[in-house]
Amino acid sequence: MSKIGVFVCHCGENISATVDCAKVAEAASKYDGVTFSVDYKYMCSDPGQSIIKNAITEKGLTGVVVASCSPRMHEPTFRKACAEAGLNPYMCEMANLREHCSWVHEKGEATTEKAIDLVRILVEKVKYNQSLDAIKVPVTKKALVIGGGIAGIQASLDIANAGHKVILIEKDPSIGGHMSQLSETFPTLDCSQCILTPRMVEVAQHPNITLYTYAELESLDGFIGNFKAKIRKKSKSIDEKLCTGCGLCTTKCPAKKIPSEFNEGLGNRTAIYVPFPQAVPNKPVIDRIHCTYYTKGKCRICEKVCPTQAIRFDQEDQIVEAEIGAIVLATGFTVKQTDFFPEYGYGKYPDIITGLQFERLASASGPTLGEIRRPSDGKIPEKIVFVACAGSRDQAKGIPYCSKICCMYIAKHAMLYQHKVHGGKSYVFYMDIRAGGKMYEEFVRRAIEDDGVNYIRGRISRIYEKNGKLIVNGADTLLGAMPVEIEADMVVLATAGVANDGAEELAQKLHVSYDSYHFFAEAHPKLKPVETNTAGIFLAGACQAPRDIPESVSMASGAAAKVAGLFSQDELTREPLIAVVNRQAAPVYSSCVGCFLCVSACPYQAIEKEEIKNRAGELIKSVAKVNPGLCQGCGTCVAFCRTKSIDIQGYTHEQMYSEVVALLNEY
Amino acid sequence: MADFEPKIVAFVCNWCTYAGADLTGTSRIKYASNVRIVRFPCTGRIDYMLLLKAFAEGADGIIVSGCHPNDCHYTSGNFHARRRWIMFRSLCDFMGIDTRRIKFSWVSAAEGAKWADIVNTTVASIRELGPYDDYRKVANKPVEEVSHG
Repeated sequence: MSKIGVFVCHCGENISATVDCAKVAEAASKYDGVTFSVDYKYMCSDPGQSIIKNAITEKGLTGVVVASCSPRMHEPTFRKACAEAGLNPYMCEMANLREHCSWVHEKGEATTEKAIDLVRILVEKVKYNQSLDAIKVPVTKKALVIGGGIAGIQASLDIANAGHKVILIEKDPSIGGHMSQLSETFPTLDCSQCILTPRMVEVAQHPNITLYTYAELESLDGFIGNFKAKIRKKSKSIDEKLCTGCGLCTTKCPAKKIPSEFNEGLGNRTAIYVPFPQAVPNKPVIDRIHCTYYTKGKCRICEKVCPTQAIRFDQEDQIVEAEIGAIVLATGFTVKQTDFFPEYGYGKYPDIITGLQFERLASASGPTLGEIRRPSDGKIPEKIVFVACAGSRDQAKGIPYCSKICCMYIAKHAMLYQHKVHGGKSYVFYMDIRAGGKMYEEFVRRAIEDDGVNYIRGRISRIYEKNGKLIVNGADTLLGAMPVEIEADMVVLATAGVANDGAEELAQKLHVSYDSYHFFAEAHPKLKPVETNTAGIFLAGACQAPRDIPESVSMASGAAAKVAGLFSQDELTREPLIAVVNRQAAPVYSSCVGCFLCVSACPYQAIEKEEIKNRAGELIKSVAKVNPGLCQGCGTCVAFCRTKSIDIQGYTHEQMYSEVVALLNEY
Repeated sequence: MADFEPKIVAFVCNWCTYAGADLTGTSRIKYASNVRIVRFPCTGRIDYMLLLKAFAEGADGIIVSGCHPNDCHYTSGNFHARRRWIMFRSLCDFMGIDTRRIKFSWVSAAEGAKWADIVNTTVASIRELGPYDDYRKVANKPVEEVSHG
């Protein structure tokens, strides 16, 4: 027989102003199985919790219903109080009298009646609650960081410096990411590569970091603390142990006209290549799509010139398996290309470029060695136009959000242009200038006031070519939408920052949620910005939303701190509110008939097949079995099960049906 | 029917609609007191037999609400719930349950005002449909009275 205690909270006046709490407590005292019922001003206070604890010990309560605020607020508080008094914490339920009743209804009988109903529902539920123990799982203290941009580099270094092993994988031949492509960084005009490359080298040399470049995640199984990752190391066609990185092969390769990804198509590279001079590792890979040997069957010049015989044309992709405890996702972002914009010529004008291409032009390691020259004829542009919000904040383009970094990098670009091209004229067309950040607004003012960049508030309707000039049509909305026409030599579009092409696929591999723009979703927009909804997987940098460098670095350090915190424990405890498949005595064993419909329902692949065998080892039946480490407790399988053999602890069939019956019988 | 107070049961998920209804409270938005919320971990957990049970026990209307598509805390539970609802509608039609008595909706944790709105519109529409006792009449009929015809 249950002995249930009901504790009705006034919450000061938050509940008692509209609900007659004494009446609720009195009504509850009459229910079957309720042996103690009381109302009190603040149940969550120390004296309030003492009332609960004393009642548990003195009355020998087997279940507790606290009728107060939302369980999302104080469920842990009251569960802990129960546990301290020796009652299993999962024998405690909360009726939400505040958020769902007293705050949303006027004072009156109907409101008190609703409060009484809400208590009765939980009294009936708690009768079917079971004592549960928190689940303990071991932790593998090794992290996987996906993406070797600044966020991934920072996260790897922080975790490694905390004393844990890290595997860093990067899909490109070198780590460095977008930051390695940048010329100088706002708001200090630091040289991007100068501050980045020491970090890249540190990653490569760190004893705790294993670096796999030209590698991608093949698959991921497991759960927090116990992931199993398969990593595909794409064939570099090079024996990395033999290669000294002398670079002779890259100078002799005959396939020289391949647009360089690092230079955003503004320069060329060879088929065997190192993406940029400071690459880490500084060893070449063969791009099999463009290599003459792989496409036409002959050449092998690199093999002939290699002084260490390091070329391996027959090398195959390698799959590395690793056991890891936590993952940091730092896959970054990409920018829309100029062909996305019909009004700006669909990318057919070579002198309309993206912001990232401008970075390459302005960079000392770029195709023009840092001189601003137009891609079409190499002339120095005398008039240049920068277009902000190219794609961003544009519902019609499907990118309603602000890409965040553009306002700042446009100011930087215009400034760099003014510094490099004396007497040049630069124009920035903007919607708003969003320069929130330390020294950011001052930086924009500097561009406008000290460097004489012309800021025009308005959008560009069309750009077309006429007599070798780009005619930019716009409007100045601060002058009553006065039409503006500029004959420019070059146009830079601050194209929208968007999620990587493979982001959706990767999110599905990792069971991480993503938003409608395919950016990975954080667990809570304010309080859990680096966690994902999948325990043990964290986010860093622009894979979550457009981010600048300081933000990416802070996020990466935040994610690394989360990983280090996770690795500070040898065992993890998890809520036991998970699904279980029933087991019975022989000869039935389980009411599960082995249809495995639940397997297809489970979003976490937490349900496995278990074979029940007799002593002779003969198969009696196959039934479903839930892996308690993987199950997140959504209960989708429960609703799927045809034989009601699978149930979810904390929300069992008995509990839910008794709630519904109790609810309506005295309603 | 003006004085009829419908009994409405809401089956909601813990992560979006329950939290959304919490926000309605925190924002002190008032709504009709006819609804009683039953908390589930996810709309994917909601066995639609529970809806039939609720009708059998005397509910006049039901609200099922969870996270918006793509926002499910568990990735895909709400899609299962939606798919099941499409199937369940046909079953309701077959059984003679007016599907207007069931409100299927998405309310996120940030949509406190939407929750109040959904409750109020559901109460108004159920009030118009009147009390629901057809199902109970059938369900409570003793076996011998059923014609074998």
